[in-house]
Amino acid sequence: MKEYASFLGCIIPNRYPGIEASSTRILGHFDVELVQINGASCCPAPGVFSSFHLDSWLAIAARNIALGEMTGKDIITMCNGCYGSLTEASFLLKGNKELKEKINGILSKVGCEFKGTSKIKHVIEVFSEDIGVKKIQEAMNTSLEGVRACTHYGCHFLKPAEMKKHGSSERPRLLDEIVEASGARSVDYKDKTMCCGFGGGVRARNLDVTLDFTREKLNNIISARGDCIVDQCASCHLEFDRGQVEIKKIFGQEFRVPVLYFTQLIGMGLGMGQHELGLDFHSIPAKPLLDKLNGGRR
Amino acid sequence: MPANITRINELNSSFFKDFIEIGKKIFSEDMLHSVESCVQCGCCTGSCPSSRRTAFRTRKLFREMLLGFRDSVLEGDDLWLCTTCYTCYERCPRGVKTTDIIRVLRNMAVSQGHMAEAHRMTASYVLRTGHGVPVSEEVQKLREELGLSSLPPTTHSYPEALRAVQEILKLTGFDRIVGFDWKTMELRGRK
Repeated sequence: MKEYASFLGCIIPNRYPGIEASSTRILGHFDVELVQINGASCCPAPGVFSSFHLDSWLAIAARNIALGEMTGKDIITMCNGCYGSLTEASFLLKGNKELKEKINGILSKVGCEFKGTSKIKHVIEVFSEDIGVKKIQEAMNTSLEGVRACTHYGCHFLKPAEMKKHGSSERPRLLDEIVEASGARSVDYKDKTMCCGFGGGVRARNLDVTLDFTREKLNNIISARGDCIVDQCASCHLEFDRGQVEIKKIFGQEFRVPVLYFTQLIGMGLGMGQHELGLDFHSIPAKPLLDKLNGGRR
Repeated sequence: MPANITRINELNSSFFKDFIEIGKKIFSEDMLHSVESCVQCGCCTGSCPSSRRTAFRTRKLFREMLLGFRDSVLEGDDLWLCTTCYTCYERCPRGVKTTDIIRVLRNMAVSQGHMAEAHRMTASYVLRTGHGVPVSEEVQKLREELGLSSLPPTTHSYPEALRAVQEILKLTGFDRIVGFDWKTMELRGRK
């Protein structure tokens, strides 16, 4: 039994709680337990808040890490944004004693201290390292054969590669391996590692620019005859799911590509229903994908 | 955009010095000085998914910055069209820490009052609730349906935790930068 402190962030608990509920259950299935971090806040979003004020971004991120450290466990996040902020904050604070003292001076006013004792991990690392592809493969009881999945890693998990250390950011493998372990087929598509468009405050300031990124990716996914997008980031997830509704409104182009967080795909392979997985709360129905599966089930 | 002819006195020679002063509070000086290695090869712009659809040109931004076009860099919209995807950061053959440099430039822009209303709004959510994306009534119902607590165990459930976040943001001066009024819990001078 492995235990992690779960850092929720914003979009997972406040927009896609189905991911929170199903990931917790699926991790439990593989003997990984999550401990709550009480009183955490926004991570805060790496490209957005650090663009406004680096000091404030770092202090809030350091508080979140400090709260996680109080549980005595390593910290996991389900969102690349949270992963990016907490990882970078930890990296900066560990590498600069003066900065760490300054930030801890601020945190001491609210009874916290950044120590640097907890590792920051993305939940996909728990699946690839702690659980492992083989165990995922063995646990699958529902065939996902025939599902053409287009993976989207998201930027802040892979990059900067010198800090995140997940191998090549140009040809990543981690998520594709998990997808293939579920029994689905990972299908390559043009500009697979391109950004979804969500980050850096562009979504709030220039929604049409953001959605044009998303539209380009969706067009490429359609060209590759993808049945669904499989992502590993709450922000990208929102971008692709809600973004399709917004694209229809702004550009008049209609897509109906189901968007799955990778644990939802694993959950499907474990025979979990779409309600249980939170799929029926998405803006884009997963029905075409489920129909394809039900039609093809052996 | 600078005109074809630029008079030397229009250039701001302290721009780069200010950039280093502000950036070094968080980042190493080596990292900040990396931009001086830029040879204008354009790998950044060629890799940039934003430049495919906007006028944003990373290469141009760095050239202007190094030449001292302070106003053009800090007051323009282009600076805000980077999604911080780090593709150029990974690919820069000269090791320029592109995305970090852009974030420091954005901090400089914000400190001079160039902050979009939409961004002030985003910032105000964190000051008010601790979340950049706060929960809604609809999602609270959804959470209950899924067997989760109606409010997540975050600042949404712990008022003292929210106060801690707000205290930190007062200490760092974030409230002043954003123009947040604690009495009304709203942004000052909303247009």
